[in-house]
Amino acid sequence: MDQPFERSKRFRSRACHANIHISIEKVIRMSQMKATRDAYGEALVELGRQNPDIVVLDADLSSSTRTSAFAQEFPERFFNVGIAEANMMGIAAGLAHSGKIPFASTFAVFAAGRAYDQVRQSIAYPRFNVKIAASHAGITVGEDGATHQALEDIALMRALPGMTVLVPSDARQTRLAVMAAASHDGPVYIRLGRAKVPQVYPEDAGFQIGKGLVLWPEPEVPGQFNAVLEEGRVFDMAFVACGITVAPALEAARALEKEGIPCLVAEMASVKPIDEDLLVKIAKRSKAIVTCEEHSVIGGLGSAVCEVTARNHPVPVAILGINDEFGESGSAEALIKHYGLTSEHYCEVARKIVSGRQ
Amino acid sequence: MQNPGNKESLIRFIEQKAREIRIDIVKMTAKAGSGHPGGSLSAADIVATLYFGEVLRVKPDEPDWPDRDRFVLSKGHAAPVLYSALAGRGFFPADWLDTLRQLGSPLQGHPDCKKVPGVEVSTGSLGQGLSMAVGMALAGRLDQKDYNVWVLLGDGECQEGQIWEAAMAASHYKLDNLIAIVDHNGLQIDGRVRDVMSIDPIDDKFRAFGWHVFRVDGHRVDILLDVFQQALDIKGKPAVVVADTVKGKGVSFMEGEKDWHGKAPNPGQLEEALKQLQAV
Ligand SMILES: Cc1ncc(C[n+]2csc(CCOP(=O)(O)OP(=O)(O)O)c2C)c(N)n1
Ligand SMILES: [Mg+2]
Repeated sequence: MDQPFERSKRFRSRACHANIHISIEKVIRMSQMKATRDAYGEALVELGRQNPDIVVLDADLSSSTRTSAFAQEFPERFFNVGIAEANMMGIAAGLAHSGKIPFASTFAVFAAGRAYDQVRQSIAYPRFNVKIAASHAGITVGEDGATHQALEDIALMRALPGMTVLVPSDARQTRLAVMAAASHDGPVYIRLGRAKVPQVYPEDAGFQIGKGLVLWPEPEVPGQFNAVLEEGRVFDMAFVACGITVAPALEAARALEKEGIPCLVAEMASVKPIDEDLLVKIAKRSKAIVTCEEHSVIGGLGSAVCEVTARNHPVPVAILGINDEFGESGSAEALIKHYGLTSEHYCEVARKIVSGRQ
Repeated sequence: MQNPGNKESLIRFIEQKAREIRIDIVKMTAKAGSGHPGGSLSAADIVATLYFGEVLRVKPDEPDWPDRDRFVLSKGHAAPVLYSALAGRGFFPADWLDTLRQLGSPLQGHPDCKKVPGVEVSTGSLGQGLSMAVGMALAGRLDQKDYNVWVLLGDGECQEGQIWEAAMAASHYKLDNLIAIVDHNGLQIDGRVRDVMSIDPIDDKFRAFGWHVFRVDGHRVDILLDVFQQALDIKGKPAVVVADTVKGKGVSFMEGEKDWHGKAPNPGQLEEALKQLQAV
């Protein structure tokens, strides 16, 4: 009877055993840790003060999605529809139809999964101006387990014509993405997380839907993030990441540089529309690409990158994410290690690709 | 399973089991550091009556016995109450309870039927259990089996439209082998069900959908035993037992408090909870 647990334990022992080096840098970054859902909650209040047409909907998760702050300040513009996600999307569509800018929030698994058809038929097809801000995406949901861990939401939302898909990497970028979504005319899916994450998005960078940013190597001229691609340098490895994986990708790049493997890291919060120009430049200047995401390897950022490179400039791409399986219960930290969303694992994969080539 | 002689001792036996289940719930969630004690505690008497009151015909050593009664925990976040009952009936070793929500444990945060013997279907996304129960009841009828299908719903969960699609189907197909129980504790995550999105009058709604409705105190084991028998006797239509309960029942500081929906007790709170539960 106790075999399943035993089996899983054995499986677990094969997972990466990370050496944890706690640098001063890391301690500083950890002190600035903040969940993207927290930044979303704050940005909503800011938006609400600027624009009376902003309305917010939730489905009995306002304390978790952080829409509760908006609810408190603007109770008349907040609609808690109860545990009824499909209805929420329909109501949001109606509000948008009649001139409001609705932000509809619940967990990603329910926003993109349970209410998929309502999002497709009532929001995407008529191209209504609804912003779907979905929190608790990915495995960092943690202990609640597979039923609550959306690992295919990017794929689902990306496949909808006209849907913009944003996967911000940290609190600062989340604020910018929420503002950009509010100004954009059309449906937007914003993917948010439960776990606190370090600050990685540069203070001097703006955010534009459809644009990616090279975060490493750091720009020589402040603010000229993508200029490094114009210099004729060639990289052994380019990491393209979104969401919580940008931080470990950056860490991996720094570590690999020290080993003499020149790397580039680009963040691609705008998974759709994706920055084709930037990706083609990266493909031309890199011997291989590793994509990193807290999502299934099917249909997410990795697929989006491959669609671009295959059309324009094929290069080897390793897609790192969750390998076509459901998630499971565990602490966020344990799951991050279990599924290999760590700088150690990214380094390992990169080293293998580089050494395999030589 | 023990076989208590008369009804009085059966009731005492179920009450004792409900106490043990409550103790397991607070211990498990405390050890896990997360989970849902409130809605697990409110359902403890209901689940104890089903599993220890000779209501459900199940064989712990043969969990897939084709003639067994089915139990669907549609409000899957109350997994601890089900895990405790299943362990108590011997479906799996009790020491599994210590692994709740840990990486690699069969006891996922929400029940996974691939991993746990006795768990009929995987739940956790609210509003889907009643439909699956309708399917099981239809299959039982097709196979001319006399098993019954029991499903436990949350009151907040009844806000999901799918519940009413399933309710319509159950009466349309005259499923008198299907019994739903609503854990009517009045609370959901964001507050009182009445304030968030009222489901009142829940009795009339089910009645209008063609169900036979019972309304009872969901913490009175003697009443639950009787009403479950009466529900089984209803012919030609499905029956629902709307059980009035208190979220967090049995632990004073959790009772009626929405904040104890999805939060684990810390060591001090666990100690206090155990003191109260063991004193009963
Ligand atoms: C489809 C879906 N939406 C949202 C949630 C998140 N959620 C988990 S429990 C809960 C509240 C449930 O309230 P109720 O049904 O009354 O359960 P109880 O009070 O018995 O715990 C919510 C909204 C979910 N699990 N599934
Ligand atoms: Mg309730």
